[in-house]
Amino acid sequence: MEKRLLINKIILIASTISALIGLTFLFWILGTLMVKGLATIHWNLFTKDLVQGGIRNLIIGQFIMAFIATVIAVPLGLMAGIYLREYSYNNKLAMIVRNLSDVMMSAPSIVVGVFVYAIYVDKVGHFGGWGGVIALTIMMLPIIVSTTDNMLSLVPKELREAGIALGGSKHKIILQIVLKAAKVGLTTGVLLAFARVVGETAPLLFTSANNQYLTFNLNSQFPSLTVSIYNLATFPDKKSIALAWAASFVLTVLVLIINLTGRYITRNKHK
Amino acid sequence: MIGNMFKRFSLFSAISILLILAGIFVTLYIYASDSIHQFGWHFLTNSIWEVGEDDEGGVFGGLIPITGSILTTAIAMIIAVPIAMGIAVFLTEVAFPWLIKPVSIAIELLAAIPSIIYGMWGLFYFAPIIQKTFGGTGIGLLTASIVLAIMIIPFMSAITKDAMNVVPDVLKESAYAMGATKFEVIKDVIMPYSKRAIIGSVILALGRAIGETMAVAFLLGSIMRFPHKITDPTTSIPVLLANNFSEAQDLELSSMFYLALILFALSFAVISLAKFYFLRKD
Amino acid sequence: MNEKKYIMRAEDFSFTYPGAPAPTLKSINLPIEKNKITALIGPSGCGKSTLLRAFNRIHDLYPGMKYEGKILLANKDGGMDNILELKKERDLVRLRQRVGMIFQKPTPFPMSIYDNVAYGLKLSGVKSKSELDGRVETALKGAALWSEVKDRLKDSAMGMSGGQQQRLCIARAVALKPDVLLFDEPTSALDPISTGAIEELVSELKKEVSIAIVTHNMQQASRLSDYTAFMYLGDLIEFNKTKKIFMNPDEKLTEDYITGRFG
Repeated sequence: MEKRLLINKIILIASTISALIGLTFLFWILGTLMVKGLATIHWNLFTKDLVQGGIRNLIIGQFIMAFIATVIAVPLGLMAGIYLREYSYNNKLAMIVRNLSDVMMSAPSIVVGVFVYAIYVDKVGHFGGWGGVIALTIMMLPIIVSTTDNMLSLVPKELREAGIALGGSKHKIILQIVLKAAKVGLTTGVLLAFARVVGETAPLLFTSANNQYLTFNLNSQFPSLTVSIYNLATFPDKKSIALAWAASFVLTVLVLIINLTGRYITRNKHK
Repeated sequence: MIGNMFKRFSLFSAISILLILAGIFVTLYIYASDSIHQFGWHFLTNSIWEVGEDDEGGVFGGLIPITGSILTTAIAMIIAVPIAMGIAVFLTEVAFPWLIKPVSIAIELLAAIPSIIYGMWGLFYFAPIIQKTFGGTGIGLLTASIVLAIMIIPFMSAITKDAMNVVPDVLKESAYAMGATKFEVIKDVIMPYSKRAIIGSVILALGRAIGETMAVAFLLGSIMRFPHKITDPTTSIPVLLANNFSEAQDLELSSMFYLALILFALSFAVISLAKFYFLRKD
Repeated sequence: MNEKKYIMRAEDFSFTYPGAPAPTLKSINLPIEKNKITALIGPSGCGKSTLLRAFNRIHDLYPGMKYEGKILLANKDGGMDNILELKKERDLVRLRQRVGMIFQKPTPFPMSIYDNVAYGLKLSGVKSKSELDGRVETALKGAALWSEVKDRLKDSAMGMSGGQQQRLCIARAVALKPDVLLFDEPTSALDPISTGAIEELVSELKKEVSIAIVTHNMQQASRLSDYTAFMYLGDLIEFNKTKKIFMNPDEKLTEDYITGRFG
């Protein structure tokens, strides 16, 4: 009896310690980021481009690529999810797509970068923003498919039946009723997916690479916050490293804000 | 009419997933084919990576990065599994209810931080600590593995927690009603009940860890050498690709594609095993 | 009143769920007589399950519950201890070994039939294989399950029928030789035939243990129990011999309920 209670205590304490370890690292990482970020951040960073020691072009570039990727991946992923939930009646094809999309979601992002290098950079002969867009689209697509699939499954069957009973055609019911009912969940899913791809580095390293200047030409090398962090961090001079910290701070803050916004939307709905 | 087009477009979108996936495999294979023809399976067991004179040809073997990938992943898993399990247990069984939500959110935020940030933090804050404590340069297997572990712990504990939450309350209550302690309920009821899903979660996290690049790119060293000590630098497939892919040409580039193909196949296999065998929804 | 007649007794017992503005149970006084079956009846939400779950302090798994008053449990010296005063995990574990519980739905653990029954015994420190074997067999026989499962003791308990699983849960609780068994609507998830088997078993069991049973089913209460407590909205309205309650209740409310005028 005493031994049982002792083991119980030890294990419960150990699990509490694990949680503390997890939290310690969170606050350690966020803490250093805050300290370093706040020490290095300056208004000028947001008005100047990398070539003048600022990060304006990097933020813009990163968001342009992630945004275009979202514009492509969301309709495609949404439609794929609609096929899985509304049209396939869970046939074999749907099962295969659903499972492989899940697998793709966890595929190494560096491999996606290598793949896009082959189909884009190697074909056009140079790095370019479109390469980054394609890579981020591939990263995002399976997340959207899985979100749509899950969210549509939560829409009650009766809603669809009621629509059919009123004489609506199937695609209208999907667009006007089902998607509307799942709107909040889908929005959250898209925001979380965006937060995930906007912080990606590996798929951009040898697709869009980086650019010191502000550009909107997706056929040229494209400025990227994450790739810049990767490059700057290994430079020996203090200035570059400070810039890398500032960029890291900005990136993390933006990613966490988008992530929390996504969570906040769903939470409000459930209240 | 429009309805039909809508349906066709949705089918096309679904199939596009398969096309992309097949496209990745086929493209990697085509670009790797020079290296595959030249070195075949021997690539997996050869540790020499040397560009030939005048940058022509050379001998390339993937054993060192493959070993590096396996070692970093294995050490990271050894560290991450117990801690992630502990966190999952804490969040499902130990914590006060008012603590569960903030702690879960904190842990999930840890998962949302971009991996390059882990790399930065590891390089400037964690590597020096490892250097002081264990010697070496601070850049090497141990540092990379620990940061990799920190990176996958939130993901692993989040999905393990979900797996444990599936156990019905009444089943736990009936174990308590027999005089079981909390630990005994966890060990004898919760773990066996959700065993499959927990194993699946761990394997899924393993699949993620193999391919994780940016958290370790600064920290492993990117050196084509076997590590003799745990603090030694070496390289892994993702690290090699991140640091050396853009400079490679011809046969070396093809060998890089070969490595990417191996990495993709490996993570594909691991993740499929987790998803189709352990986490099958039926 | 002869003290030794009672195994448990609630005295002025009140219970409040966390965050609730008012107590769910208000000043309950209820005795559980030794080797008798006491039924708790009443409409949904009357607090009968809440009361039952206080008798083994299973409520304590969820924090913030407020107990007031006393719940007494007979000790070996012939006196009674207030179980609401137990604070240490050790004492709660001992309490639950003395006061077993059977739930609404069968809850076989994810292990073999044998291990399910042996589980509590192992927890309480029984190590010898032969003693375990003996006590598992006795418990399974006691739950009228032995003949059905003796050839497949090593099979998973999840493969049994619902009725068998519930009898297994009873066997599992009986194996610990508890003083009291609490049944929380044990047959509400079962078909009539399994229900009959469980009822038969419960009446058999009172030779060994004292029983409190929560039930929705009035026929079940009248068939099985020696005493009946009728509860309504957190109050104990009437407690008496089952015959008296069902034939000639003192309270109008009780009469309305058992004649099906509300429920």
